[in-house]
Amino acid sequence: MPSPVSHDSIAVAEPVSPVPLPGRLARFRSSDLWYSFTRKRSAMFAAFALIFLIVTAFSAPLIAPQNTYDPSQLTLLNSEIPPIWEDGGQMPFLLGTDTQGRDMLSAILYGSRVSIVIGIASVILSLGIGLSLGLTAGYFGGFVDNILMRFGDVLLSIPTILIAILVSAVAMQALPPELREVGAGAVLVLAITLSGWVQYARIVRAQTIVERRKEYVQAARLLKVPARRIMVNHILPNTLTPIMVAATLNFGMAILTEATLSFLGIGMPPSQPSLGTLIRFGNQFLFSGVWWVVVFPVVQLCLLVVSVNVLGDWLRDALNPKLR
Amino acid sequence: MIALTVTDLTREFDVSPPWLNRVIERKPRSMLRAVDDITFEVPLGACLSLVGESGCGKSTVARLVTGLYEPTKGEIAFSNGKTGERLSAQMIFQDPYASLNPRWRVFDIIAEPLREFSLRKGMAEIADRVAELLTTVGLSATDGRKFPHEFSGGQRQRISIARALAGEPEFLVCDEPTSALDVSVQAQILNLMRRLQDEMGLTYLFISHDMSVVRHMSDQIAVMYLGRIVEQAATETLFAEPKHPYTRMLLETIPNVRDPQRRRTVQAGEVPSPMNPPSGCTFHPRCPLADERCKLERPAMLRQPDGGRVACHRVAEAMAEPA
Repeated sequence: MPSPVSHDSIAVAEPVSPVPLPGRLARFRSSDLWYSFTRKRSAMFAAFALIFLIVTAFSAPLIAPQNTYDPSQLTLLNSEIPPIWEDGGQMPFLLGTDTQGRDMLSAILYGSRVSIVIGIASVILSLGIGLSLGLTAGYFGGFVDNILMRFGDVLLSIPTILIAILVSAVAMQALPPELREVGAGAVLVLAITLSGWVQYARIVRAQTIVERRKEYVQAARLLKVPARRIMVNHILPNTLTPIMVAATLNFGMAILTEATLSFLGIGMPPSQPSLGTLIRFGNQFLFSGVWWVVVFPVVQLCLLVVSVNVLGDWLRDALNPKLR
Repeated sequence: MIALTVTDLTREFDVSPPWLNRVIERKPRSMLRAVDDITFEVPLGACLSLVGESGCGKSTVARLVTGLYEPTKGEIAFSNGKTGERLSAQMIFQDPYASLNPRWRVFDIIAEPLREFSLRKGMAEIADRVAELLTTVGLSATDGRKFPHEFSGGQRQRISIARALAGEPEFLVCDEPTSALDVSVQAQILNLMRRLQDEMGLTYLFISHDMSVVRHMSDQIAVMYLGRIVEQAATETLFAEPKHPYTRMLLETIPNVRDPQRRRTVQAGEVPSPMNPPSGCTFHPRCPLADERCKLERPAMLRQPDGGRVACHRVAEAMAEPA
């Protein structure tokens, strides 16, 4: 938990108190959250799975047998090799290769990295937009609130995937051709963010309306603390609990949306495939017997999203005071 | 010398239904007059208490005086203090559970006024001052590193007082500071506040619905009913000789240890809605002395020979024809 006043408030307290403050780690280890985590098998399992997937994805350049971004490493001679335990499987292609001679394990590692980066980036961007707009709408109320929230309602009334398709299709056409490959990731993040921020804004707005009436906010107003700092220092820390849950669950949703868009062919280009792109290409060969090209990316995507969701569900229960 | 002069203060709240309902159901705009044309003064170094039932506008007056609400009409003027500058007001809130930010350490809560008003420079000076304030209100200097939830209601109210004092105010508005506390703790907090008043020469505007608390704290008492002041007098005068029927009714509600079974005149009725106040004297539906005149004519504030002020036709009539 970040300290509300970031300028080393803890260091200040030390001249006052001879007893040193417990460290952040020690405090976390003694918290209810950590206790509930150690009691919940599924949450621990999901957390380990997620950490494993993220670490392997980000160390792809170090551990992957092949650099899938480097076409010179691909040879058609190696195409359609089955996984190592099947007849005809050969090293180093543990999970086989696709029709281009690309190692599936490497492609999945690199693809997961793309998916995770886009997921994280869109969650962070949605959080930034959602938190600031939600705080503003909730704190000031009235006209500002109406405008911002009705705009959000309009976005919510259109299915996420439609907005995302619209944005990425339009943006990709608007970009000059030489930028399309580079900008594809950014466009995806933008497309997912556009519908994702509304949820955070609504949560924060509702919480802000409750908090801004509380007397500690009035006490701060008496001190002539500017509205922006009241929102950020006083109200925001008190709204973060539901936001943490929503952000975790939305991370899974963002990865899925990205995969869907890539599967439909308006997401990541084949030169830097995400999991969705891999599934799209594998899908074409499903009935020709080359099943491993599609099954492994699908399994990876499921693992990723399920572990994020299990973790999010646990977090929601653990942070809900009514379920303690 | 007068610390605070409030003149003809009125505050209305817009409680109209939403625009769509007004248009479709043809509902009119409606305004709630929470504070209706009140006038009072608080002498420097004294304590004026506002008493009255729930919903009579006491807390609204507190928020108007501190500037949390803008007045609809009227004036609030602080005079200049010892330093020659305008008096600064701080506030102690009613609910010790809502008035401290649960995510902030007590140190940061008390240091906030010091930082906002730049009263102390540098971490060491701020730390010293916070420790001093914590000691002043009867807490330990090491309590600064705890969070509010680690304290009891009474201790939290001490923290609130320390925060209010950190802003170095000469005027403190106390909005029912003890109503959420146990009786034994109430006494501690009230005694602390009186001690601080003596030591620092503070001026209090004290809001309460509890007549015994008010008697302990104040020099002057103003009784409010439905947004208006109906009687104001020096504390002991008011208790010895309540003039307004509503004041008498309030005093009847104080439990008496010596005579717990004493006969009380039970007052019928509830506080009318301030959205639709009764005509004339707003107290007439509950008043045992009311007649036709009270229903039609609003009584004016009348100065009494003993220095108090009363707004009641019966009192005015009694004065006009001396027995």
